[in-house]
Amino acid sequence: MSDLTALSVVELQQALSAGETTSVEVTRAHLDRIAAEDGALGAYLHVDGEAALRRAGEIDAAGTAGTGLAGIPVALKDVFVTEGVPTTSGSRILEGWRPPYDATVARRLKDAGTVLLGKTNMDEFAMGSSTENSAYGPTRNPWDHDRIPGGSSGGSSAAVAGRLAPFALGTDTGGSIRQPAAVTGLVGHKPTYGSVSRYGLIAFSSSLDQAGPMARTVLDAALLHEAIGGHDPRDSTSIDAPVPTVVEAARRGAGGDLAGLRVGVVRELGGDGAREGYDAGVLERVAEAVALLEGAGAEVREVSCPSFGLALPAYYLIAPSEASSNLARFEGMRFGIRVGDDGTRDIDEVMALTREQGFGPEVKRRIILGTYALSAGYYDAYYGQAQKVRTLIDRDFTAAFDDDVDVLVSPTSPTVAWPIGARVDDPLAMYAADLCTLPASLAGVPAISVPCGLSEGLPVGLQVMAPALADDRCYRVAAAVEAALGAPLTDRLAERAA
Amino acid sequence: MSEPLVEFDDVLTRYEPVIGLETHVELGTESKMFCGCATTFGAEPNTQTCPVCLGLPGSLPVANAAAVESTIRIGLALGCRIASWSRFARKNYFYPDIPKGFQTSQYDEPLCTAGHLDVEVDGETYRVEIERVHLEEDTGKNLHVGGATGRIHGADHSLVDFNRAGIPLVEIVTRPVPGAGAKAPEVARAYVTELREIIQTLGASDVRMEQGSLRCDVNTSLAPTGSLEWGTRTETKNVNSLRSVERAVRYEMRRQAAVLDAGGRVLQETRHLHEDTGSTSPGRSKEEATDYRYFPEPDLVPLAPDAEWVEKLAAGLPELPAARRTRLQQEWGLSATEMTWLVNAGALGLVERTVAAGASPADARKWWLGELARRSNDAGVELTELAVTPAQVAELTALVAEGTVNDKLARQALDGVLAGEGDPRAVVQARGLAVMGESDELGAAVDAAIAGAPDVVAKVRGGKVQALGALVGAVMRTTRGQADAATVKRMLEERVLGG
Repeated sequence: MSDLTALSVVELQQALSAGETTSVEVTRAHLDRIAAEDGALGAYLHVDGEAALRRAGEIDAAGTAGTGLAGIPVALKDVFVTEGVPTTSGSRILEGWRPPYDATVARRLKDAGTVLLGKTNMDEFAMGSSTENSAYGPTRNPWDHDRIPGGSSGGSSAAVAGRLAPFALGTDTGGSIRQPAAVTGLVGHKPTYGSVSRYGLIAFSSSLDQAGPMARTVLDAALLHEAIGGHDPRDSTSIDAPVPTVVEAARRGAGGDLAGLRVGVVRELGGDGAREGYDAGVLERVAEAVALLEGAGAEVREVSCPSFGLALPAYYLIAPSEASSNLARFEGMRFGIRVGDDGTRDIDEVMALTREQGFGPEVKRRIILGTYALSAGYYDAYYGQAQKVRTLIDRDFTAAFDDDVDVLVSPTSPTVAWPIGARVDDPLAMYAADLCTLPASLAGVPAISVPCGLSEGLPVGLQVMAPALADDRCYRVAAAVEAALGAPLTDRLAERAA
Repeated sequence: MSEPLVEFDDVLTRYEPVIGLETHVELGTESKMFCGCATTFGAEPNTQTCPVCLGLPGSLPVANAAAVESTIRIGLALGCRIASWSRFARKNYFYPDIPKGFQTSQYDEPLCTAGHLDVEVDGETYRVEIERVHLEEDTGKNLHVGGATGRIHGADHSLVDFNRAGIPLVEIVTRPVPGAGAKAPEVARAYVTELREIIQTLGASDVRMEQGSLRCDVNTSLAPTGSLEWGTRTETKNVNSLRSVERAVRYEMRRQAAVLDAGGRVLQETRHLHEDTGSTSPGRSKEEATDYRYFPEPDLVPLAPDAEWVEKLAAGLPELPAARRTRLQQEWGLSATEMTWLVNAGALGLVERTVAAGASPADARKWWLGELARRSNDAGVELTELAVTPAQVAELTALVAEGTVNDKLARQALDGVLAGEGDPRAVVQARGLAVMGESDELGAAVDAAIAGAPDVVAKVRGGKVQALGALVGAVMRTTRGQADAATVKRMLEERVLGG
């Protein structure tokens, strides 16, 4: 067999079911690559090679490898709780915690027969766009080790782009799947809010968090999406509807025919008069991708979504507000670290000290921001206003989808991956990385990022947004772009390394 | 307590009290509010827990439909408006017994609003307006180890039992109740009593104050008589008996009057009631109160009770205590005062069931308020805790009515029932308690009495008929009370005076 880590999930399925390889071999190939590369990359926080090989052996023995996702290795962002496997959410405060239960998505992947390679690095509690906010050190971009892999799912993006995993799960609150996918040349999809269970996903912002797939191809992402999607009675916000047929949509889109599809280019996201802060190269690649869509038969027009410009301030009130409450449970009493419990301090002091030492600066910044925004006398002006803005953004989407277009497109990230350290002292510059991804998050609609070429030798992503529960449209359009470009962008990374 | 107090009657000469009550009721649902854990009282600590009620990272709540239904039924029973749209909210604060760092509660969108409950004190009806009825989750229970007080201050360490965390809790909040004057303490008590009975009738909770399934916070304030503004209130926490509800109001009225008399200012604070002395002492000051930063719970979807369903619940409510009292009072032909006695004695249900088992209302009432009340008093237990059932009491009344036993023998039969010897009829049989009929045995006893007291016989025959009583007494003694006194008297008359 050629290098097993170079294969797509679909190719691995075929090789496994044809008996050309085994789950143990595939798993071992990835573990070997992790051993060789991850010292430099820092994509994983936890790898248990023995457990992975044991699991792969079981799948091989059961003879199910290659059926569905059985026998395929996968990596999970460390925000998902995994029974008996260390889970930190990138935070010092959870160091050493082994959850007693599985997240629903982890359970579903287990039931599907996947092999867990390990848990991937992330910005602490998913707060960040560069993975530099991890308490366990930064992750590096496989395209350029001096650059960030995006965030907060930067461990997953680096692992998949660097072929340290065939695919991985991330979570997206304001862009945390799409932006790291864009800057590492991957496909990353944020599903419709409520269509993938949040049970066992350590909450950052409950009304925004959504788990989703990251992969090197559109079809691989769709396979992972279908494996994790669908109603979960343990999550009250879970939608009781069938999983959109994204695999079929990916296959159909790969045929390259988009005849009759109406595509709206969002003026406010890198369009006329809204180009400040965008890399020229990014805008060029996106324009070329839009031209490809047109070439495939889509009708393209410009659409104005005037409230999208308010997404950033609204997001940075809503998300920190919910986070300030979600993170209150981390007080050192029942799990994770406890600091200062030496018999001289009372409980308030121990809780305060634990949080003081357990949380990093960005987490503290957002807790303070959110606490302030929810305070008596400020609630209406901040949290209340932000919720109204959310309604306006929702209306922009509704208006566009009702009248004019089937999907909206924009750049995923205004820029390519920036150098590590470049924005750490400038939170506002860091937050600006989410400019294009926030509207879909606030409205709860699905959005995918698909590679559309390189700028300055670094990947650029096209974002495709669709109405709620029309995730299949995202996959269809993304697959058409992928097909038009000829091969997965990450192939070029492999060529470069060779 | 060394705090100065004003005599209660004296308080009313210059101040008007306003009271308010917040009552927490643990619902008797099988499972907890937001997870499937059991709710059994008294289980081993931390055995009824899961990731959800422990607040483990990643866990999510799912609302218990049975708890929502119970809350709506309570709201309906209190005449509340049921919201067509209602949301849970997070009440954020840090304490070791709230696992998530917030309590999932309701804030500005409660399930039920604007109800009322009429209570009666000394024949006077007081309307208590209900502001809201909302649903939330209970906290865990702290156990402070070491230290003198059992409170957190001074303890060596603390343990937390999360079995209680997440048990559905309904909070019923009254609007301020002015105008009760000297009756304020009793109105407070009557309100909680009535509320408790309603919830019991609904079967929504076992409402045991001593086990904490019904807990009361009592607000009290005083204002100078005639003042248009209300005074500053204190909140006395976790008052856990009906008697304490009354005492808490009484004590706070007397204490606050003393503070105001001295030209002082009542502090807005929570106070703790001491069950032993009936006094209160300051707790946390509300003037440095926590900002709970309420916001809608994003992990739960809004509750939107369907109007048709609510109507069905309303139609399915059982007869409520007030309606039942009115009906029974009429059926039994009682005066209002007689009814009040019955209710206050906690005997209404027992009498009702005794009547249902065949006793006359008068007999049933006589037994429960008389002999049985005395026995429960002597034993220091509630009437309901006596080892006799309403059916057995009905059987006793039947035995008396049919003449099998007299009152005295019936009481002996009751002794047997309470001692676990079986039903009254069986006890009468086994103990040989039946009244002696006009038998040879009784005849012999009568003859013996006549023969044994010739002087008395002479007196009777000489016209002093009342002297016959001595002979009756003698016969009763020899028959150990088993004879029927009237029969004995008639037989004596026949044999001494007759023929």
